[in-house]
Amino acid sequence: MSGNSTYKPQSKVLQWLERRLPIGGLIHSSFVVYPVPRNLNYLWTFGGILAFMLGVQMITGIVLAMHYTPHVDFAFRSVETIMRDVNYGWLLRYLHANGASMFFLAVYIHMFRGIYYGSYKEPREVLWILGVIIYLLMMATGFMGYVLVWGQMSFWAATVITNLFSAIPGVGETIVTWLWGGYAVGNPTLNRFYSLHYLLPFVIVGVVVLHIWALHVAGQNNPTGIEPKSEKDTVAFTPYATIKDSFFLAAFLIFYAWFVFYIPNFLGHADNYIPANPAVTPTHIVPEWYYLPFYAILRAIPDKLMGVIALGASIVILAFLPWLDTSRVRSARYRPLFKQFFWAFVVVCIGLGWLGSKPPEGIYVILARIFTIYYFAFFLVILPLLGIFEKTKPVPNSISDSVLGAKA
Amino acid sequence: MKMQRTIIALALAGCVGMASGPAVAQEHDAPAPPRQKWSFSGPFGKYDQGQLQRGFKVYKEVCSACHSIQMLAFRNLADPGGPGFSEAQAAAVASEYKIPDLDDKGVPAERSGRVADNFPSPFPNELAAKAANGGVAPPDMSTLAKARTFERGFPLFVFDAVTQYQEQGPDYITALLKGYEEAPKGFQLPAGGHYNKYFPGHNIAMPPPLQDGQVTFDDGAPQTIDQYSKDISAFLM
Repeated sequence: MSGNSTYKPQSKVLQWLERRLPIGGLIHSSFVVYPVPRNLNYLWTFGGILAFMLGVQMITGIVLAMHYTPHVDFAFRSVETIMRDVNYGWLLRYLHANGASMFFLAVYIHMFRGIYYGSYKEPREVLWILGVIIYLLMMATGFMGYVLVWGQMSFWAATVITNLFSAIPGVGETIVTWLWGGYAVGNPTLNRFYSLHYLLPFVIVGVVVLHIWALHVAGQNNPTGIEPKSEKDTVAFTPYATIKDSFFLAAFLIFYAWFVFYIPNFLGHADNYIPANPAVTPTHIVPEWYYLPFYAILRAIPDKLMGVIALGASIVILAFLPWLDTSRVRSARYRPLFKQFFWAFVVVCIGLGWLGSKPPEGIYVILARIFTIYYFAFFLVILPLLGIFEKTKPVPNSISDSVLGAKA
Repeated sequence: MKMQRTIIALALAGCVGMASGPAVAQEHDAPAPPRQKWSFSGPFGKYDQGQLQRGFKVYKEVCSACHSIQMLAFRNLADPGGPGFSEAQAAAVASEYKIPDLDDKGVPAERSGRVADNFPSPFPNELAAKAANGGVAPPDMSTLAKARTFERGFPLFVFDAVTQYQEQGPDYITALLKGYEEAPKGFQLPAGGHYNKYFPGHNIAMPPPLQDGQVTFDDGAPQTIDQYSKDISAFLM
C-alpha cells in the first residue's frame, strides 16, 4: 500500500508525525500517487459514489436519530415531527430515505459492472466477497431502517420478512420469537431494529475499509480486463481519478437531488404514510424497490421453505461467482457470448423487480418462475459452461495498446 | 443466434405480461381518478393561499366532525408557505377548541386551545371513533394526501418521475369526494355502506360528506362540491 509513496512532508510538525504515524504517507500513496489503469470508464466512479452515499446516510441518520423515538406509540409521530417541526427535518428525512434508494442503485450498477468486466476473477476474489458481504449488510440495514418509520408497510414488511425464518424446520418458530422479542412484531422488535440499524452502518464501514484495502493490494480491474504491465498503462490517482470521480459524483448528486427536492415520495409507498395497524393488512404487501427481484424469487416458488432457500441462495450464490465463472478472459469485451447472456441477465433482474411489485397470480407467477430459472441458470449452468465452450476474441497485449489502437 | 432468439422470446414474454397488466388491474380496481390542475404541481408550483384557507374552512366546518388532524398544531396555520393566517388568526382558531388537560389541582379539566397545541381529535379514543362510525374509525387526515394513491402502472410511472407527477393523493381524494353514485344494478351494497366509483371495492363507510352551498366562501369562489373537494385536497397536500 505504501510502496508507491514518495511522500516527504514539508512542515516540521508533519515530519514529526510522519516518523511516529505514517498516516500522511498512507493517504499519499493510496489517493494521490496510487496508479490507476488509464482506460477506466465512468462505471468505475461508482465506488467513490458509494463511499460518499455511505457518508450521507450516516450523517443524516445520526441527526435523524437525535429526533426519532423508537416506540410503537410514538415512532410514526416522531417521524412526522421531524418532517414538520425539526429545522430542515424534511430535508434530512428525504435525503436519508431517497439516499437509501440511491445507495442501492449505485451498488447495483457497481455490481453489474463487476460482473460485466469480470472484476471478481483472480486475484480479486476476496475483494468481490467482501463486496457481497457489504451488500448483505446493506440489505439488512435498509430493511430495518424502513421498519423504523412504523407505517403500515413498515409493520407488515417486518412481519413478512421475519416470518420467513419460521420456514426453517425445527427451530424456525424459536428463531422468529427470538427476532421479535415476543410473540408478534411489537415494541421489542422496533427497539432492536433501531439499535441494529444504528450499529450495522459502522460494521459496513469496517468491511468497506477491508474492501478498499483488498482493492489497493490487487489493483483496479479495467475495461480490458488485463493487468497493467508498464507505467504507460496507468495514471496517477490524483488528479486523474479524483477529477473523474468528482465530476460524475456531481452528476449523480443532481439525479439524487431531483428525487429529494421534486418527487421525494416517488420511490416510497403511500401505505407507509398510514400509521402501523396490526389489525389491518394492506391489500398488497410490497418491499422497497431494491428488494423486489428477491421478493419475486421468493414468491415464484410454491413451497415456503424452498422459496426462502431460493431467496437466500440467490444472494449467497454471488459469493461463489469467482469459481462459477470458468472463463480465463475477464472482460465481456472479448467474450461475445457472455456479453449476450449478461444483458439477458440484466433484463431478467429488472423483470424480476417488476414482477416483485405485482400480485402473485396468473401470468406474473409463470414469468417469475421463468426468470428465476434463468437467474440461477446464469450462475450454475451458463457461466461454468461458457468458460469451456465460448470462443473468445483476441485480447490486446496491454492497456495502452488497446487505448492507442496498436495492433495486437 | 440462438441467444438472440432467446432474448427476443424473453422480450416478447415481457410484453405479454405488460399487456395483461391493466386488464388484471381493472378486474378489481376502481377507475383512475381524473387528473386535476394544481397550483402546486411541477417544479415551480406554489400553494394557492386562498385555496388553502378555503380548504381549512371545509375541514373545520365539515371533516373535523369525524376526522382528526392530530399531527398538525394551530401554529402551523401561520407557518410560512402554509395557508397564510396571521398569528392572531391562528390563536383565534385555537381558542375555539377545547383541549383536555389537568387543572392546578391535578383534576382532569378542559381548557381552550393555544397556538402551541395540536388539533384535538373529535373522539376521545379510537374505540369511541369506531363506535360512533359503524365500526370503522375515520382515518386521521394529517398525512392523508400522501397516504392515498392509485396504481399508475408501467410505463406511466416512469414518465411520472420525469414529469414530476406526484399529486395522485389529492387527485384521488378529489375524485372520491365527487365519486358518490347510485350503486349499479346487481352490486350488493352491504348495510351502512355507500357506493363510490373511485373507492377500491366501491363500498365506503363514509356517507357523502359535502353538499353544494354547505360552506360559505367569502372570496367569491364557487360554493360547489367540486370546489370544496379540490380545496380540501389542496389543504391536505
